Amino acid sequence: MPKKLLLSLLVLAVFFLHQDFWNWKNGGLVLGFLPVGLAYHAAYCVGAACLLAVLVKFAWPAELDRIEADRDDDSQPKS
Amino acid sequence: MTPAIVVFIYLAIVLYIGIFAFRRSHASGEDYFLASRSLGQYVFLFALFGTNMTAFSILGASGLAYHRGIGVFGMLASASAFVIPLTIFFIGTRLWAQGKRFGHITQVQYLRARWECSHIGTLIFALTAVMLVPYIIIGVMGGGQTLQAISGGKVPYWAGGGIVALVVMSYVFFGGMRGTAWVNMFQTLMFLCFGTIAFVLIGKNLGGFDQVMQRLAANETTAPLLTRQRISMQEFFSYALIPLSSIMFPHVAIMCMTAKKASSFKKTVIFYPICILLLWLPSVFLGIVAADSIPGLKPGESDGVILRLLTANTDVLLAGVLGAAIMACVMASDSQILALCTMFTEDVFAYYGGRQRFGAQTQVWTGRAFVVGVTLVAYLIALQLKDKAGIFELAIRFAFTGFAALAPVMVAALYWRRSNKWGALAAVLWVIVTMVGSWYLHDYSTAVAPKAGQPPVQIFPALGDLFLRTPGSVTMFGYLPVMFMCAGSALLMWLVSLVTPPPSTATIEKYFPPKTIAA
Repeated sequence: MPKKLLLSLLVLAVFFLHQDFWNWKNGGLVLGFLPVGLAYHAAYCVGAACLLAVLVKFAWPAELDRIEADRDDDSQPKS
Repeated sequence: MTPAIVVFIYLAIVLYIGIFAFRRSHASGEDYFLASRSLGQYVFLFALFGTNMTAFSILGASGLAYHRGIGVFGMLASASAFVIPLTIFFIGTRLWAQGKRFGHITQVQYLRARWECSHIGTLIFALTAVMLVPYIIIGVMGGGQTLQAISGGKVPYWAGGGIVALVVMSYVFFGGMRGTAWVNMFQTLMFLCFGTIAFVLIGKNLGGFDQVMQRLAANETTAPLLTRQRISMQEFFSYALIPLSSIMFPHVAIMCMTAKKASSFKKTVIFYPICILLLWLPSVFLGIVAADSIPGLKPGESDGVILRLLTANTDVLLAGVLGAAIMACVMASDSQILALCTMFTEDVFAYYGGRQRFGAQTQVWTGRAFVVGVTLVAYLIALQLKDKAGIFELAIRFAFTGFAALAPVMVAALYWRRSNKWGALAAVLWVIVTMVGSWYLHDYSTAVAPKAGQPPVQIFPALGDLFLRTPGSVTMFGYLPVMFMCAGSALLMWLVSLVTPPPSTATIEKYFPPKTIAA
């Protein structure tokens, strides 16, 4: 499967996971003090950070690094 | 009075940071407005996060959680933890690249050049400026109220607001973007450190959070707070679009231009969700805890629950430090003031010939004069309309929706060659009309608005559930207007651009250069 499609599906999946309707009425507590819904969304934030790390690793636009390199070249003293 | 003294020490530090930044500055516009595009990755991360950290994320979120429960975290925080870094990744980095390549400083500068337009750019400037102003006024009001509360009434509202306005104005005036970014970084780190300490101490003093949660779960009035029963699925879903507004806020977009390197974005994008988690989780959690410790507060009163918990459960010195940190969030209007000043000097003063006639140095001093003017006007409004804070808070909520609905315009500019100024004009007019319409419906239905916990009411019974009024907002079939506004804006941008001429080939090739083939 092409990389772009796979990453797009991953982004959609993470968006879907945000709508955790299965936890809507769950009033249970994790570790005795953290409501399940809150614990889920706290973990979701960590998951979002992981997804973004994947995007940075595999979908970082190469042209941005080129602009950086061009600027570095421009700032070098000309002989 | 000890907490107030700690706050004054904090204000002095912040002022010093601004003056220190002034010593490092050069006389150019790019240095004052963008810190010479030199922010390193950590300053950039914390400054960008601090720019988005407002009084609402601390005081408002806990107040809302007090009434509506844990769902507030999912609705506002974890949605932002996902959407905001995504927009930084897809929009912020590209804006930075265009700014770096062509010297753009503001969004309007870029849109004017990208779509070869003049007055449409001015219209976008006017719309974004109008949506930014309530933020600045609320910042001054919040400063006055917080200082009054922290000092136990010894510092009156007018003096507190005046002191806050003066401090913010001074470090923005002297430090420009560099000072503002450093102050934002200092504020963010301070809040994250001392917020965590206070969170642990409050829990200890209350006999452990597990005891509090057991009591909340056992009481049938408070048990729903541990679930999402007080939030509808439609509202929860549509709220996920609100964070699209972040990147469209001028202060955030301008902040994106300040990064030294593209790689500065990498850490920001990855760690942004973690920062949101560290800031919002205690805030929402303490809001629920307060429902057990301080029951019976009304919607307006509940915004102060964190301050009350702090005062009652922590050492007076720590309460002062945390008070200063809360003050830092309330004072987040610094970036907005600087953004408004940058927009005015670049999009109006420089664009209409001011820089050519008077020079770059005059432009910087015009910007500084504008900072003084805006702060003074905001202070006077905050004094005159002290009891009308609700109007400005409402305006901010509408501004979030408006900025979110403008996101398709920026996406089209950055990614779609064929997009043009007429599409942008149609989308902007749509946003203006729908915002005015939503405001009218909100105002019209105030008398029939249900109370917290009651079901929504049909605004026009003949139209069924098309327009519903909830305690806080107007919805369409239960969904927030932002959903329809974003969809309409994207559709108009696409349709109108297709049936009108594209920008010139030269401009398209300038912004979408052919990809170089590796040798």
